[in-house]
Amino acid sequence: MADVTAEKKGADAKSGIGALLGGRLRENGMLLALVAIVAFFTIMLQLNGKDFLNPANITNLFLQNGHVIILALGMLLVIVSGHIDLSVGSVAAFTGAVAAYLTVVLKLPFFLVIPMVMVVGGCIGAVQGYWVAYWRIPSFIVTLAGMMVFRGATLWLLGGENIGPFPTAFQAMANGFVPDLFGVGKPNVLALLLVGLAIVLQFWIGFRARARDAEFGIAQEPMGFFLSRTIVVAAGTAFVGYQLASFRGLPDVLVLLVVLTVLYAFLTENTVAGRRIYAVGGNEKAAKLSGIRTERLVFLCFVNMGVLASLAGMVVTARLNSATPKAGTGFELDAIASVFIGGASMTGGSGKIVGVVVGALIMGVMNMGMSILGVGIEFQQIIKGLVLLAAVVFDVYNKSK
Amino acid sequence: MPTLLEMRGISKTFPGVRALDNVNLDVEQGEIHAICGENGAGKSTLMKVLSGVYPHGSYEGEIVYGGQPLHLKGIKGSEAKGIIIIHQELALVPKLSIAENMFLGHENAQNGVINWPRTTHQTEGWLRKVGLSELPGTLVGKLGVGKQQLIEIAKALAKDVRLLILDEPTAALQENDSDKLLALMLELKAQGVTQILISHKLNEIARVADRITVIRDGGAVSTLSAQDISEDRIIRDMVGRDMAHRYPERTPNPGEVLLEVQNWSCWHPEQAGRQMIKDVSLTVRKGEIVGIAGLMGTGRTELAMSIFGRSYGKAHSGTVKMGGKATDVSTVTKAVAAGLSYVTEDRKALGLILEEPVARNITIANLPGVSRNGVLDKRRETQVAEEYRKQLAIRTTSVQQKVVNLSGGNQQKVVLSKWLFTDPQVLILDEPTRGIDVGAKFEIYTIMKDLAAQGRGILMISSEMPELLGMCDRIYVMNEGRIVGELARSEASQEKIMGMILKGEGKAA
Repeated sequence: MADVTAEKKGADAKSGIGALLGGRLRENGMLLALVAIVAFFTIMLQLNGKDFLNPANITNLFLQNGHVIILALGMLLVIVSGHIDLSVGSVAAFTGAVAAYLTVVLKLPFFLVIPMVMVVGGCIGAVQGYWVAYWRIPSFIVTLAGMMVFRGATLWLLGGENIGPFPTAFQAMANGFVPDLFGVGKPNVLALLLVGLAIVLQFWIGFRARARDAEFGIAQEPMGFFLSRTIVVAAGTAFVGYQLASFRGLPDVLVLLVVLTVLYAFLTENTVAGRRIYAVGGNEKAAKLSGIRTERLVFLCFVNMGVLASLAGMVVTARLNSATPKAGTGFELDAIASVFIGGASMTGGSGKIVGVVVGALIMGVMNMGMSILGVGIEFQQIIKGLVLLAAVVFDVYNKSK
Repeated sequence: MPTLLEMRGISKTFPGVRALDNVNLDVEQGEIHAICGENGAGKSTLMKVLSGVYPHGSYEGEIVYGGQPLHLKGIKGSEAKGIIIIHQELALVPKLSIAENMFLGHENAQNGVINWPRTTHQTEGWLRKVGLSELPGTLVGKLGVGKQQLIEIAKALAKDVRLLILDEPTAALQENDSDKLLALMLELKAQGVTQILISHKLNEIARVADRITVIRDGGAVSTLSAQDISEDRIIRDMVGRDMAHRYPERTPNPGEVLLEVQNWSCWHPEQAGRQMIKDVSLTVRKGEIVGIAGLMGTGRTELAMSIFGRSYGKAHSGTVKMGGKATDVSTVTKAVAAGLSYVTEDRKALGLILEEPVARNITIANLPGVSRNGVLDKRRETQVAEEYRKQLAIRTTSVQQKVVNLSGGNQQKVVLSKWLFTDPQVLILDEPTRGIDVGAKFEIYTIMKDLAAQGRGILMISSEMPELLGMCDRIYVMNEGRIVGELARSEASQEKIMGMILKGEGKAA
């Protein structure tokens, strides 16, 4: 099991970045923006005599934004296929409530609860996807309805009250850490090893992709550019990894995120199914006339979104240690914003997993930085809105050039 | 005749490309001046300079219009001077009425309130002028392309046009609609409207144009007057070489029957009780190129698409046999698996994913061919794309180039490559040379010839009769959803085909 985790950790999100950026201005720009935002908050907080990049904050960054990344991965597929899902916040709340009901009221163990709740999420996605794909009801309408229906269903299930607390086994989903198999504790040797492996893989995958591009005669970015970016990402990985290792080790959520990110990056970039989703979003009629079962793919994108929403719902519920009627409010907007900051097109057909993860991290870093800086919630909202607008304007401007 | 327009030494440079290189053009008052040239030769760029899309200062050279130097800031400026361009892609709003479209942008309004009676009345007048009897309140989306084209012209007339520029006005039109349009052009000429006609269709040019300017590679090659016009001369100027044969030589050698359609019928998807395809039977043999002639809207595309995975219509009946055996072609996937391909007439809307690269477009109909266990082999994909790029001479900087950046002829080759990669036995080609230039057409014909020589069967739908006559071994004539006749190569002629269509119409009525 440790080996499997090690491998997946190895092909980390960051090595994914190394492999997939490929001289693309948009994603390089995103990465630069992330670095700049981190630098900005570090300096601002230093001036105020506070710490930004300390181990606790870095750990919290992943704990507090894990659900956004999980939702954004599924949202990318939905948006690439040419649709939108507004219901994910409500679905996350509802599935969280179901998880709470099963765990706290029915006292089922977590290894039964987790798959059961994922099936519930999948069914919710299937119902919404059915109307969108086979009846051609606009997804905006269907999922707006879903947003209301499942918010109501959450209230009904919880009876207007919170359900909790959870047994520690369930809480570990959100608050647990990978134990140090080498028993050293601090710094966490296992974490250091995994991070080291991730960095090595990052370079390896990056160079392999360059070699492949060269073979295919695809225009490459300059070597210096490639190297400096890979080194920046590697340094970031090393820093984050060391900080995490010297604190409490790798959070379970981070492992889940890395596994999911690698999985979805692979799905979208390297599989027939992924390629077809892009084709459906790019030109549905042409895809259909090319023998692609467009309805079924759209349907499956929504099923997938439902499953990921239930996963996000459980992570949030576990972190708060209770299911609440108001949980998940606004999650859909964070996820959608991450996807668009990450470079997906509103009309479907384009967008990358790596971009989405970076987009979600940008949102997360800003949330955290502004909170520590003491920026009021009102200005946080305004600033986040402006960042979303700026990212998309940047995109459109680049395209029109 | 006095000169209305003089363009002197026009050059226009885009980053890395010199689109126009010292082009001279003069248009006399009251003439129809044709401009022809291959796609990408610079015709559209020249017209964009003339109509103010590229404002004064963004190009070199001088434009004199009606004796005055013309310094345009935008398209509004050119319209104010009576220069109106009708683009190939019509700029009408389908969900608005004819009258609303007609006065879009310069409404009959006082203080922002539209005077509907006057608008309707004036619209009626303009419609009569272009020979349309539609009510001004009819939604434009309900009209065919031919009538929409006439409405565009009516709209131009309403703006007091002095110089009307028509960019490939008949590209999407059927023969009889084209005839009407050309007649209208001559009528407008008699009324003193100067016109510039951009067209690929040499017979049309010969019919209406007084003079012709040929543009090649961004420069004006020659301006000829109507007396000197010969099609061969124009073609030579356009492509810069002699083209003795417009169709490749081929020796047909038809083998056994590959595709057999029997008693095929289907109904309109929305309008209940409207039968679109009526009891059609046809065959395509190995190594044979079979044509389907007919007017637009006669059901040729509907026939092809209904056979190809029931992509059109409902309540299908009849049988399809491939290689002598009844075959299930009820979905696109099954049709493709059975060895059938359909190359659409509308490559941008139905054939290509414009924002994706050439390679991805080529493999999309046969991803299993470049993958193992559902995982893509990108190296293999690139190899496949490179093979077709060589084989079909697709001109692109790389197979990773987005297809939206390719010219029409090269886009068509990408669509063909996509279907060839599914290794079809029978290809249905729907208007395979629509909107592409003479040189690229010849290349497409050559590809068709090679495919037939490989033993594939080709069913070609075309509105250009010379093309059908030049390429096909046999021609089916279709009218109002049924096949009204069949002609062997030796007996086919434009007159016979038209005769069958007309007689067929008599029968149907």
